[in-house]
Amino acid sequence: MKLAFSAIILCLVAAPASGGPQAPASPTDEDCLTCHADPDAKRANGTSVLVAKEKLASSVHGQAGLSCVDCHADLAKVSDFPHAERLEPAQCASCHDAAAAEYAKGVHARAISEGRQLAARCGDCHGAHDILPSKDPASRTHHLNLPSTCERCHGDPEVIRKSAIAVGDVGRLFEDSIHGKALRESGLIVAPNCATCHEAHAILPNENPASKVARGNVSATCGSCHEGVERLYAAGVHGSGFRSGNRKAPVCTDCHTAHRIQDPDVEAWRLEVLTECGSCHEESLRTYRDNYHGQVTALGFARMATCSDCHRPHDIFPASDPRSTVSKARRVETCQKCHARANANFAGYDPHADPEDRSRNPLLHSVGLMMKGLLGGVFLFFGLHTVLWFPRSWKARRQTPDRETPPESPSEKDEGQ
Amino acid sequence: MSGARPGASGRYLRRFDAFDRFLHALLMVSFLGLSLTGLPLLFAEDAWAARLARALGGPHTAGLLHRVFAFGLLLCFALHLGRVVGRLARRDWGILWGPHSMVPRPKDFTDFVGHVRWFLGRGPRPAFDRWTYWEKFDYWAVFWGMGIIGGSGLVLWFPELFATFLPGWAFNVALLIHGEEALLAVGFIFTIHFFNGHLRPEKFPMDTVIFTGVLPEDELRHERPMEYERLRESGGLELLAAAPPSRATRKWSVMIGALAVLLGLVLVGFTIYAALN
Repeated sequence: MKLAFSAIILCLVAAPASGGPQAPASPTDEDCLTCHADPDAKRANGTSVLVAKEKLASSVHGQAGLSCVDCHADLAKVSDFPHAERLEPAQCASCHDAAAAEYAKGVHARAISEGRQLAARCGDCHGAHDILPSKDPASRTHHLNLPSTCERCHGDPEVIRKSAIAVGDVGRLFEDSIHGKALRESGLIVAPNCATCHEAHAILPNENPASKVARGNVSATCGSCHEGVERLYAAGVHGSGFRSGNRKAPVCTDCHTAHRIQDPDVEAWRLEVLTECGSCHEESLRTYRDNYHGQVTALGFARMATCSDCHRPHDIFPASDPRSTVSKARRVETCQKCHARANANFAGYDPHADPEDRSRNPLLHSVGLMMKGLLGGVFLFFGLHTVLWFPRSWKARRQTPDRETPPESPSEKDEGQ
Repeated sequence: MSGARPGASGRYLRRFDAFDRFLHALLMVSFLGLSLTGLPLLFAEDAWAARLARALGGPHTAGLLHRVFAFGLLLCFALHLGRVVGRLARRDWGILWGPHSMVPRPKDFTDFVGHVRWFLGRGPRPAFDRWTYWEKFDYWAVFWGMGIIGGSGLVLWFPELFATFLPGWAFNVALLIHGEEALLAVGFIFTIHFFNGHLRPEKFPMDTVIFTGVLPEDELRHERPMEYERLRESGGLELLAAAPPSRATRKWSVMIGALAVLLGLVLVGFTIYAALN
């Protein structure tokens, strides 16, 4: 209470009535700055009421000549100063009606309406008095700066927890991604930031079919930059499968992830993508692990053929399709990418053979059974032989007279006695 | 009973010549090397395999080492075959049949039955000759194994060359039997052979005869009475009489043998652990 009083007294002393207590005119910026330029003026809770005059002046609104009450409209009719501490939020919508309408459709507006008060409002992304146009490299919403702005919440474990943000710490995921690095390290203005895929204001959840990140729209969203890849994907078995209603068919983000998208040539990603393919193609991953390619990659070394090296990453076709790189017609050429002197016999090797699968590989199945029988037989026979021999051998050792004789040299230890 | 003890007579007899021992050493080193560099592939998804592969310098280096050891084993096989051919050329037919031959004969079967009866306390220990039935099994298992693993290994080593005349499925078969035979060999050598040769109580911790080449006369008389009697009657004992191995030789033999056994047991431990998982 003491603080509140001192603040009020300060303001009273510092504000020799400009116009008279009953003046009907709106307060001017000068009026506001009487208190808000004073570094000592404080609210009841001790926080400063200072408004950085220079920042306001150089902000997009200051440059446009807006006055305080243009945004703080509820103060336009107030003549009793100092005014109440709690004001209405600044009315951005009074000018930015289009952006506000878009914002109202988005996840942030919905979260606020559901009571999750931490959700971003205009000022959380754009700033308050120091708002700069997005074109300005210093702006919070400049293309290269936007990720750090979003990460203030979407990279803050506390906010994520309190607001129950299902996707978690996307800030960290995106920072390590090829897109994040392109923006942050390479300063690539053409690299996508959050808003490129999610929109700036109308941020729709991915379960909304109108969202740019809804499953049905993902390939088009990615394709807005990766046009060539989208074309290949659309032709391939995954794209055409998805279009024809197979909901299991993957879209870009199923293999590449949504935020932590990696350079496909990075070793860690070459290994990781195997399990991505394998999450649907379980059989193929299992049989891949049976041969040298799959064993070496399982050991953590990426200089080895992975799924996409043989099957292509995007324009994947079933082996029966002549366009497929593993079709009969093109298999040799595919093997030759690594095995320069591969011929038709070489390419006749079945890299996904399964000795367990009698119908797919009858010969291998029989050989496998034979080997299993051989191993089982030998180990059973000699296992039993050993088990029977051991106690008898133990007895024989104890009965052998020369074991009791002292060792021929004093340093020699008589083991086992 | 271990090779280190001369027993009552104090005399030592020669069992393996230098070439035998050299071949066994070459076989031992290359087989251990092949196991060490090959097993990580078979259990690639286990954490120990990845660590071992990394310790070996990665799968590409391990692959190179595997081929070096494979060359050693193939050389061993070739030298042995060369000696067999050489003996046949000198009309040494004894290696084809009889007590000096590895070819199984009816006595091996009766020895086996007698041995099992002895295990069960229902008969005396059979009078073994120069080569027991389990030693012959060891020999033929390795002989067969070298052919199968060596052959399939060469196919996998030079696939482009072999593809000029082998069909594609042959590579699937080669890959399968190379791995399965390897498991058989690793499992057999590192448990059964180790037990039969070294770890069973009468031999524990190490039978050094394959390293020193000699064994106490008493041990031969006790373990291979038939050979002993034959040698005694023919006067061969005197011909085979040898100086006892020096203490240093015995020490090194035990140490090298124990190291090999230990390494083998660790590998077979990993294998069993992986197979159970």
